[in-house]
Amino acid sequence: MKSLLDKVWSLFSSIKLAIVIFALVALTSIVGTVIEQQASYADNIRVLSSLVGQGIAPSAYKVLYALGFMNMYRSWWFLSLLSLFAANLLVCSIDRFPAIWRIMRTPVKPIAPDQMKRMPIKDEFVVQGGPDSILQQAVSAMKSIGFAAEREQGPDGAVQLYAQKNAWSRSGVYITHASILVIMLGAVLGVFFGFKGYVDLPEGFNTNIVYSTNMDMSDPSQVSRRASLLGALYAENGDLQKASQSLNESLPDYEKDLKSVGIIPLGFQVLCQQFEVQFYGQSDMPKAYRSRLSIIENGKPVVSKWIEVNHPLKYKGVMFYQSSFRLRHDLSNGVAVLDVRSPGGQAETMKMKIGQSFGIPGTNETVKLAEFNPALAFDDQGRPETYSQMMTNPAVRVDISGPGGARSSKWIVQRYPETWSLPDGSSIGLTDFWGVQSTGLQVRKDPGVGVVYLGCILLALGLYVAFFMSHKKIWVRLAPDKKGTLLTVAATCPKNRHAFEREIEKLVKRLKGGN
Amino acid sequence: MGSSLFFGLSTMAYILAMVVYITHIAFRKKAVGVTATGLTLFGFASQTLAILLRWREFYQLSGMGILRSIPLTNLYESIIFFVWCLMLGYLIMEFHYKNRSFGAFVTPVAALALLFISLSGMSTKIEPLVPALQSNWLLAHVTLSFISYSAFALSFSTGLMYLIMTTEGRREGAYIFWTVALGIFASVLIAMGLDYMTFHADMNSDAFLKDFLFKSTYESSSSAVQVISYLATAAFVFAVWRYGYVLKRVIGGFNLQASVLDEITYKSVAIGFPIFTLGGLIFGAIWANQAWGVYWSWDPKETWSLITWFIYAFYLHARFLRGWKGRKIAMVAVMGFVAVIFTYLGVNLLLSGLHSYGSR
Repeated sequence: MKSLLDKVWSLFSSIKLAIVIFALVALTSIVGTVIEQQASYADNIRVLSSLVGQGIAPSAYKVLYALGFMNMYRSWWFLSLLSLFAANLLVCSIDRFPAIWRIMRTPVKPIAPDQMKRMPIKDEFVVQGGPDSILQQAVSAMKSIGFAAEREQGPDGAVQLYAQKNAWSRSGVYITHASILVIMLGAVLGVFFGFKGYVDLPEGFNTNIVYSTNMDMSDPSQVSRRASLLGALYAENGDLQKASQSLNESLPDYEKDLKSVGIIPLGFQVLCQQFEVQFYGQSDMPKAYRSRLSIIENGKPVVSKWIEVNHPLKYKGVMFYQSSFRLRHDLSNGVAVLDVRSPGGQAETMKMKIGQSFGIPGTNETVKLAEFNPALAFDDQGRPETYSQMMTNPAVRVDISGPGGARSSKWIVQRYPETWSLPDGSSIGLTDFWGVQSTGLQVRKDPGVGVVYLGCILLALGLYVAFFMSHKKIWVRLAPDKKGTLLTVAATCPKNRHAFEREIEKLVKRLKGGN
Repeated sequence: MGSSLFFGLSTMAYILAMVVYITHIAFRKKAVGVTATGLTLFGFASQTLAILLRWREFYQLSGMGILRSIPLTNLYESIIFFVWCLMLGYLIMEFHYKNRSFGAFVTPVAALALLFISLSGMSTKIEPLVPALQSNWLLAHVTLSFISYSAFALSFSTGLMYLIMTTEGRREGAYIFWTVALGIFASVLIAMGLDYMTFHADMNSDAFLKDFLFKSTYESSSSAVQVISYLATAAFVFAVWRYGYVLKRVIGGFNLQASVLDEITYKSVAIGFPIFTLGGLIFGAIWANQAWGVYWSWDPKETWSLITWFIYAFYLHARFLRGWKGRKIAMVAVMGFVAVIFTYLGVNLLLSGLHSYGSR
């Protein structure tokens, strides 16, 4: 029994297994970057068609689907590979650590003169004065490059000074290995106790569920089950309690079912009050976009905050990130927010739907909102058209009826205030067209992030120690000589030798110059 | 005085330096060598000044903080920065090893990259930042990534030179490896060069990548051109394989010791790897977490960074635990940089064209 365990242990502590796992993770990952992950059948058929031709693509898809490549980073075999990697890393480290630990704990000892000659860094020279008289200088010279020397009196009248530094730096590799395990642990925590979701929320709408980004769209049975569970929720206007009753399920069971098909109940409502985009100058390139979100719990708003890219909202461990935005297909519920000014300068804010009319204060004019265009442009013949799928250049057309039946029509464009003024000195400014844009939110809960960050700090530390610090040892032997004292300097370090050699040069200079 | 003047000066200086470095190899006159170094230093100084000026221009234009205005936001700026890091690394190496021969290898890379920019008519305009890039992590992530890429580029060229110098027979695995690698590398560069020549228009870099890359060769609309391109590449690789000894003779004339090349390869990896881990992977993860709430999402760019990281981790372990030296380890260094290039360019060029998110 023990021998089997030994065999398994020695397999896992071998660098060969590590290489095989490295290679397998790398090669399968490459496949995973070519196949689009969690994409629909049509998407990947397109990818495969351009790679292997249309004829073979469906059968290639079947084979790859059966092997789990359509969602491979979450497939059992890829996760097993990662677990093997972790086990290998752990066993390798445990296997090699005791020997390194001993080296780290072993105090440096004096060595024989012929051993000193075999050290990678060495120097030998004679200085005036007996060993006793220059001993103190040698000690302080070593101290000047950061070594606290111990001494040993030899039987032949020679004195040996010896010291070491940064013995612990040999643990750098193990700190690095441990940090990778910590990062993986953090990732596991995130997978088990967190979620990654998204939701698309139009202005004025709220939701108590979000959709998991890990939903595998390549599995047809999942897709249909999801549709039926979601259908029940829609039918009850988002009320989880009622939806569970309609399916004859308990609420916890229903919530569990929802989660299993990638629908995550939040436990509270999130409302998008407003969404807005700022552009660079009058270009269509967004400079910033942001959403005003409110958290509603038990019918009461508890938090309101503007979020934008790189500035999320956090509530009860759930983070809301500004991710994208779009224009809704249905523009009929939009409300124009107008800044109406009379010729005398009196201002009034009005909220109007398309088709509604209002009077301008201080005049006899009536204005009707005739039309909305989210991205107004004019073609060659001067006819209005919509040039973009986004609300890049919102404009409303107003029909103005003055006294005596005078009628005119004009476009009011939000971006160009010069289009706001009317001939009689009054003006209609378009400040927003509310209710037609939708904000895309990434919603995430990840209790493992702290652990992952800790792992990252450890990783940076470990790599620094492993690559830029070195276990340094020095021996200096002072032997009586006819002309004074024969000094033998020897030193060793496993890496960054050039830097250490310069330090030793400094030491030698001090030892020579001390006289 | 604008940044473009100094960019122009540095491009000219690097091209001149290239000529002088090659002359230096041929004649080995000290004065020639000093001139080459002087030109490189001048080019480097004006490039540094140009980057700083562009930084200031961008800062004034964008109205964002100074750290967020680092000019590292498009292909043009990243190539400039890559060349800057490469030249910095080279200059340090020249002073450390007191050997100028390597300059004849590095300056052409710099000159080619800079010439590419001017030939392609690639957009050199200062463009405003999309919201996701408005983060202080941009500075940390992108600069450190490029410093590590440059270190890896150095290890690639010294590793390749090592292979060229030390391989003998045409049937040797390492010989076949480097000739094929170099042949494909050069073919792809030539193909890209053809694209740049053909589509010499005012387009932004994204449109170029998506619609024009390899369209005059491998991805041409005419299948005859496609076949010819592949055949030409095969013929080119064969020629490199057949006449590789010529290169060996040239590099043999550099008076470089193979062991020094092996050491430089290792040192570049030893510097590049920790910086890549910190700047590329860790800072990238932190930034992604702030912007999108996911520190790791297995998207192709991230996955390819991880593959690159694995290859260099393998390099280090093979060297330390298995004592790999020489040809075997040099091949790993070469493969590592192939992965770097794929991470930096290939993911954007090849995979985004394949996937639906690229066309969105």
